[in-house]
Formats: sequence, C-alpha cells, structure tokens
Amino acid sequence: MSPIGLEHFLAVSGLLFFTGLLGVIVRRNILIMYMSLELMLNAANLALVAFSRFNNNLNGQVMVFFIITVAAAEVSVGLALIVALHRKRQSAHVEDLATLKL
Amino acid sequence: MNQTFPWLILFLPLIAAVGITLLTQRSKSLSAVLSIGAIAASFLLSLVLFMSLKGNIGLNETLAKSWLSVGNLQVDFGFKLDSLSLLMLLIVTGVGTAIHVYSWGYMHDDPSVSRYFASLSLFTFSMLGIVLSNNLVMMFIFWELVGLSSYLLIGFWYQKNSAADAAKKAFLTNRIGDFGFLMGIILIWALVGTVDFTRLQDAFRANPALLGTSATAAGLLIFCGAMGKSAQFPLHVWLPDAMEGPTPVSALIHAATMVAAGVYMLCRVFFLFSPTALEVIAWIGGLTSLMAALIAVQQQDIKRILAYSTLSQLGYMVMAVGLQGPAASMYHLTTHAFFKALLFLGAGSVIHAMHHEQNIWQMGNLKKKMPATYWTFLIGTLALCGVPPFSGFFSKDAILAVAWEHNSWLFCIALFVAFLTTFYMFRLFFVAFHGVGKSKSVDHAHESPSIMTTPLWLLAIPSVISGWLGVEHFVGKNFGMTGDHHLNFIEEIFYPFSHAPFAAMTGIMATIVGFSLAYALYSKAVVDPLPEKLHGLSRAMRNRFYWDEIFNGLIRITHEAAATLANGIDRWIIGGFFVKGLHGTTEFAGRALRLVQTGNIQTYALLLVAGLAVVLFLILH
Repeated sequence: MSPIGLEHFLAVSGLLFFTGLLGVIVRRNILIMYMSLELMLNAANLALVAFSRFNNNLNGQVMVFFIITVAAAEVSVGLALIVALHRKRQSAHVEDLATLKL
Repeated sequence: MNQTFPWLILFLPLIAAVGITLLTQRSKSLSAVLSIGAIAASFLLSLVLFMSLKGNIGLNETLAKSWLSVGNLQVDFGFKLDSLSLLMLLIVTGVGTAIHVYSWGYMHDDPSVSRYFASLSLFTFSMLGIVLSNNLVMMFIFWELVGLSSYLLIGFWYQKNSAADAAKKAFLTNRIGDFGFLMGIILIWALVGTVDFTRLQDAFRANPALLGTSATAAGLLIFCGAMGKSAQFPLHVWLPDAMEGPTPVSALIHAATMVAAGVYMLCRVFFLFSPTALEVIAWIGGLTSLMAALIAVQQQDIKRILAYSTLSQLGYMVMAVGLQGPAASMYHLTTHAFFKALLFLGAGSVIHAMHHEQNIWQMGNLKKKMPATYWTFLIGTLALCGVPPFSGFFSKDAILAVAWEHNSWLFCIALFVAFLTTFYMFRLFFVAFHGVGKSKSVDHAHESPSIMTTPLWLLAIPSVISGWLGVEHFVGKNFGMTGDHHLNFIEEIFYPFSHAPFAAMTGIMATIVGFSLAYALYSKAVVDPLPEKLHGLSRAMRNRFYWDEIFNGLIRITHEAAATLANGIDRWIIGGFFVKGLHGTTEFAGRALRLVQTGNIQTYALLLVAGLAVVLFLILH
C-alpha cells in the first residue's frame, strides 16, 4: 500500500464537500442544510490544511484559522436568523420560506 | 446722381410700405397718397436716370456694395444698369404709377385700403429689386419677395375662401418653380464660382462651353423659376385663379409686371442657355401660348379671358426667348405691359360699373354707357390683336419674324395663336360692349369716375405708340444685336414690312381672319354659338382642358400614397417594430426569467452549482 499522500486528503475533502453540497440541495430542513454548509466549509479547511502540510507552508493553516473564526461568527448570526424565522413562521422547512419572489 | 438714384428708386416704395404699415393705417387717403407719391417719384427718377444713361455707349453701369461673403461666395447688393433694366424700370414704375392712381378710385370703398397700398408698395419695391439686381442671389431674394407680395394681394379679400385658396395655390405653385431656380443658381455658382451677372457674362464670353455637360441642366433649372413666375405650362394653373385679387392687382402684377419677371430673368441670363435648353424653352412657350389661347376662347369671365390671354402672350415671349430672340421678347413684354394693363383696368372699370358682375354674357351694349372705357378698351384690344399701327403689331411681328427665321412649326403655332387672340378678344369685345344688354345690371351701369378713366387714357397712349420708338433696337444692344438701329420715326413704323414682310403679312392675315370670324359669330350673339359647333372640344376649353382636375387628381393620388406609406412606416416599422418590438421582447424576456425566480433557495443553490460547474468545465477544459 502506498503511503497516504495529498490525493487521499483531497479525495476525502472532495467527498466531504459533495456530501455537504448534496445536503444543502436536497435536504428540506433548514437546520440540516446549515449543518451541511458547515460540512462544506470544513471540507475546504481539510484541503487547505493538506496543501499546507504537503507544501511546507503555513499560509494554509493561517487561512483555516480565519475560516474557523468567520464560521463561528457566521453560525451565531445564522442560527439567530433561523430562530427568528422559526418564531415568525413556526416552521423550519425551506418550502415554507419561499415567499421572497415576484 | 447716378450713384444715388437707383437707391432712391428702389427704396422709396419700401419706405412707403413701412410708413403705411406703421404710421398711417388709420388714414386711407394718407396711405394712398404716400404709396402713389412713392411710385410716382420712382417713375420720375427712373425717367431722369434713363435720359442720363441712354446716350452711353456701353450702358453697363453697376453699383455694388458687398453684402455677403462666405468662403468663395461673394454676393453684392448692387444694381446693374443697362438697357434691359432701364427699360424694365420704366415699365414697372410707369405702368405702376397709372395703376396706383386707378386703385385709389377702384378701392375707394374698401375698408382696408391702407393694407392694400402697403402691399402694393411692397410689391413695387420687390419688383424693382428684381429689375435692378446685379446678381442671381439678390435677384432670387427679391423674386421670393415678389411671390410674397403677390400672395398678399391675391388673398387681399381673405374673407372669401376662393381668394384665400387662390393665394395659396399661387404661392405653392411658384414655390415649385423657385425650387428649380434655386437649384439652378447653386449649380451655376458651383460650376462658375460667381453669381454676378457681369462676371458670369464675361466668363461665358471667354469660354462658351463653361458649363460643359451641365449646361442644359443648369439652363432648364433656371427656366423652372421663369416657368413658375411667368406661369408656363405645366405651372400655369395659378395665374387664372390669381384673378381673385382686386382687378388693379391683376393688371399690375398678374399681367404687366410680375409675370413678366420670368421673361425678364430669362433675357437677363440669356447667355447661359445651351441650344437644347433654348429648344425646350421655345416649345414650352409655344405650347403654353397655344393652350392658353384655346382656353380663352371659351371662358365667360371677363378677367379670366384676359388672364388666359396673358398666359398666351407670356408663352409668346418665352417662345421668343427660346428662339434666340430675347430682344423681340422684351419688346413684346414692353408693349404687352401697357396694353394688357390697359385691358385689365378697362375690365376693372366694367366690373366696377356692373357691380362686380364678371360674366360677359351678362353684359352687352356698354358702349353707350361707358364711352371712355369703351374706346380705351378698343385701343387695348387692337394693340393686343396686332393691328397696325398699334404697338402690339410691331412686337408680335418681331416675334413672328424670329419664329419664321428659326422654327417653322413654332411659326405656325404662333400664327394660329395670333388668329385665336384676335378671335377671343373680339368675342369679348362684341359680347361685352356691343349687342343688346343681357342683364338688368347693364341698365344701371355708368361710366367710372375720372380717377379711373384718366389712367386708362394714360395707358392708352403708350399702347398705341410704344411700337414706334425702337424699343427692340434699344434692348438689342444688350444682346449684341447690331445693325440698323438709327431708324427714324417713319422707318420704324414700316420696319416690319421691310425686315420680314412674310411674317408681317401673315400676321395681319391671321388678325383679319380672327376678326371676321368673331364678327360673324358674336356681333349679335346673345348666347355663345360655339358649344353647339365644337361640342366636346368646347367643353374641354371651357373647363381649361381639365388641368386643375388632373393636378388635383395627381396630387390626391400622390398625397394618398405618401400618406399611406407614412402611415405604414409609422404603424408597422416605428410603432410596430421599434416601440412594440422593444417593449415586447423586454417584457417577454422578463416573463420568461420570472419563472426561474421560484423563491426556493435550494433551486438557487442547484443553479449556482451548475453554473459554477460549467465555468469550471470551461476554464479547466
């Protein structure tokens, strides 16, 4: 068996990313969609860390820290929005939240 | 003296016109005096100018002030004084003075006499401008001014629909001709580089083929202007309708002076016509004169008969120009101005006496009632018919001689027209003045006041004698005619017989035949015997050969076609394609795109990913 290389990391990252994307596109519950979004972010993080590790360059890891920070902030805002929406509509399903159109 | 006189002659009538309009609108008599005084002064000054310049050999004085200078276009405001313009000056101011005086009697009861005299003075100013101008552009400006004043005077009684329509018709018809004239001026300026008559003539003398292949086009375009103003076929339709104006106006503008402006202009620029252009001009003149004479035979309105007679005589003059006889043409213009003005004023006197009855079949036996009008009208008629020794005989003979020399077909036409002229004039004469009174108005008819009969006598004198004065030779100097120009009085009278005896004799024959026929048919007629004899032809003549109807039809058809086309373009292309098309596509695109906006965030996400995939595919591939 060959040693674990960059491709493996990237493959896992890609798989995670597409799992997340699929979740965003097909799941109806807005909370689940939110979790899937986090999954996509983390897939990106994984890829960045892998690049950083294999290129002997810390820039990628620095980037990941930023992403984690921004994601944390984003989660708090997003969850607050979801809670507010739920209070207003009594629902967490995206089909019920499709009024923003002509 | 020669420096200031032309300015005075030209501007006195303008001053009168402006003065009347601004100051003396209220006072009829003051307006009349101002207007008559201005033209009489112009006449006297012209006479003095004529006397002082007549002796000059060259007789070719121009005074010019630079007026407009754009690039290499130089336009002066200047005067060309030669035998042509001096002669015309005398005619315009002389005949004009008589008619101004007559107007004062004729228009006495009209409420807007001041406006009448202001327009008349404006007309005199513009006409003198045409006569004196030394370049084409200045001439064109005055040409248009003449058109304007003619419009104002034809439509003087604007309350009458027919007068207003006639004014519009005259103006629009002239506009067509003037457009050609303007094109001609531009063409000549483009090719020669100057619009000054003297310089143009010098240029042509130096190089006769100056215009090259455009010579005929330029000549015919210039002729278009004369066609409009001198009412030549096919732009003749406005002149008979112009008789809706007051009769003195018909006499001054639409018989003696303005309509002669076209002929004058042709003589002025005679040097630039190519042989082909002259041929066309001659034929158009000949045909106009024939057609108009035929129409005149069956008209009933005294002024219309004279109007068609004017058309016919104008055709004569134009034909003479075309036959390379500008001197003969100017000669006929001179004599015609006198006797036709006389005839119109006589007709005006009759109309005045008959309380605005113009149908000759309602008149009759006016000889007893109006002796002064009768005798002067007879003099005018004899002059127009070309009875020696009246002036018309000499000028008509000059034209016949020119025609005999150059084109025998046109000679035949001219001869036939001479016959017709005598016929319809004596028809008018016998029916209106002889025979029995054909309506009640005749019983109430009375001679006109002396302010109207005096101008008649004043015009009768030159109508008789203007043939004895050697006008042709005087003008001929302008066209390089040489030869026997020192004839004395008696030789002048017998000149036609010695110069071209055949033309003179046949001309007299035509007159005699015309007179006999008119005498046989009309001396005792109560109704017109001709319609029974000529049937359809007579109807066509009476209806002016249907030219008005043809033009109306043509205009209606073209107008409708243009309107339909414009409507189609507006409705289908501008409204349909551009406006509705633009708004339709936008709206359709909007409607289609709106379907995409579902509000479902997951659809957006899917589309976003799909788009991203496409972009990635394109970049990476």
